[in-house]
Amino acid sequence: MTQSLLKVEHLQTAFRTGKGEVVSVEDVSFQLNAGQTIGIVGESGCGKSVTSLSIMRLLGQTGYIKKGTISLNGKDLTKLTETELRDVRGNEAAMIFQEPMTSLNPVFTIGNQMIEMIQLHMMISKKEAKQYAIQMLQKVGIPRAEEVINEYPHKLSGGMRQRVMIAMALSCKPKLLIADEPTTALDVTIQAQILELMKTLRDESNTAIMIISHDLGVIAEMADTVLVMYAGEVVEEADVFTLFDEPKHPYTLGLMKSIPHLETESEERLASIPGTVPTLQNMPSGCRFHTRCPYVMEQCLKEKPKLQGLDEKMGHQVRCWLYEEEQKSENREEAVL
Amino acid sequence: MFQYMVRRILIAIPVLFGVTIFSFLIVNLAPGNPVDMQVNPYATEADIQTKKEALGLNDPIHIQYVHWLVNLAKGDFGYSFSTYEPVLTMIVDRIGPTLLLMGAALVLAYVIAIPIGILSATKQYSWMDYFTTSFSFIGISIPNFFLGLGLIYIFAITFQIFPTGGMNTLGNEGGLMDTLAHLIMPAIVLATGIAGNMVRYVRSSMLEILGQDYLRTARSKGLKEFFVVNKHALKNALIPIITVIGVDIPMLIGGAVVTEQIFQWPGLGQLTIQSIGSRDYPTLMAINLMAAIAVLLSNLIADMLYSVADPRIKYN
Repeated sequence: MTQSLLKVEHLQTAFRTGKGEVVSVEDVSFQLNAGQTIGIVGESGCGKSVTSLSIMRLLGQTGYIKKGTISLNGKDLTKLTETELRDVRGNEAAMIFQEPMTSLNPVFTIGNQMIEMIQLHMMISKKEAKQYAIQMLQKVGIPRAEEVINEYPHKLSGGMRQRVMIAMALSCKPKLLIADEPTTALDVTIQAQILELMKTLRDESNTAIMIISHDLGVIAEMADTVLVMYAGEVVEEADVFTLFDEPKHPYTLGLMKSIPHLETESEERLASIPGTVPTLQNMPSGCRFHTRCPYVMEQCLKEKPKLQGLDEKMGHQVRCWLYEEEQKSENREEAVL
Repeated sequence: MFQYMVRRILIAIPVLFGVTIFSFLIVNLAPGNPVDMQVNPYATEADIQTKKEALGLNDPIHIQYVHWLVNLAKGDFGYSFSTYEPVLTMIVDRIGPTLLLMGAALVLAYVIAIPIGILSATKQYSWMDYFTTSFSFIGISIPNFFLGLGLIYIFAITFQIFPTGGMNTLGNEGGLMDTLAHLIMPAIVLATGIAGNMVRYVRSSMLEILGQDYLRTARSKGLKEFFVVNKHALKNALIPIITVIGVDIPMLIGGAVVTEQIFQWPGLGQLTIQSIGSRDYPTLMAINLMAAIAVLLSNLIADMLYSVADPRIKYN
């Protein structure tokens, strides 16, 4: 078995706040191989972004990884010093952010910001770095790359800026690309172009991609495997076809139902999951989803379900008592037989 | 850019007219007149009237103003009412020491305040941050004359490290080290208020920038924190800082008047106090005009610097 490129195990990330410690990512584990794409979905505040920032260790002054390991290419990122981390950031692992409008520094030219990173990780002269940056811009489909490189970010549209971000992120040939809601701030036609671009670049360079989105359409388009997160925990993990064909967790089912379809009758109300994600300070006991779950049982209020594999499909895991029962009864039947 | 500058300079002309009219009025409204300030007690009323007539003080005020303005247009600032020297010569003699003092104070203030402000912002809520914010508050609050007298008492009288005042020791004109020794205390006094103000501005404008998305991008590229702060954050924080520099220069002119008087610094500030004392109208008007030009100029320079710091700002 080939060793996976990225292996996250039992990651727990917390933030220091005025009211004490707040755990925003709880026991997240997953693996990702080179050339593959993993998607993370969930509502706002589910810990998707914090999971990705934990991998880059860009949690700011208040955030820290409390438990767990993150190994990239065999290196445990949680144990690296700040200096060692700087060699990883932008080099082995690069990141694209949600807001292309504010992710580029407004007072430096596109070229300045790209060359700065290229020179940091590749031993080439400034002139070569500039030529290389122009090539990268052309690769992501920016017209007039020779001129754009000397321009300031405010001259470019959101889609163009996101292309610049992608060009920059990919310029040092990272093994892992983390895209945190890369298309959320863009309009739909540009979204499709950006996703297409990411796919092409992934196939060319065998980069592993971790894509975070609350848009199931983006996930269906891009991902090989999907993690569904709710309130800081993974509630379901499956490959993309299984997840869309047979979603198991009531939360995933809710997400699927709330996708608008063209064939939906216009008088029909779009389904939604009632309520909101509980705040981290008032996490409900037992299953974290029980306050909003239509299938809530007595057991859900008291005991927390584990993330368990469904035996019919390898790799399909779900955190719900509904299936625990099913499994147990199946096991019992098997035992009887 | 060039057109914009020309336009700004043209706009400055009516502003300068306004300033001179106002200051002429106010100078003349002050009780007493130049003759009362210098005649000896035995002079007769007729003598005083002759003198007033000679100086043109009996003309209506608007005539006096027009007279002054016409002379000014010819490049003639007039003669001092108290020393009878040409005003221009007096100002030329005094402007050097003032520029030296102001320049030293500005450099001293910014060299200290900007790094401290940055450090204070990056280590927000640390003991260092609390220390600098309270210390800068003291710096803003303490009056120039009080700090000046305090420094003289401690360093000139008690420990006798620095001279009490003046610009050079008598008989030792032109010695660089000697001038520096005389410069240190007044420059510190002038710099204190400006530095205190600057620390607070740098801190708050850095704090605003430090939470921006593009700094996270810069960190995600693998950049050292030093460059993230001092390259990516600082250049963005410069824009509000430039505004403060534009305001600091007029503040310095006011501060120099008091400070020069305390330290007997032979500059324009001291000349201002002397001219007020003797109701020396021509000299006062010339100083006012210079100060107004300095304020307008420093604002113009600040506006020009904005477009250097921020490419989004363009003038046309």
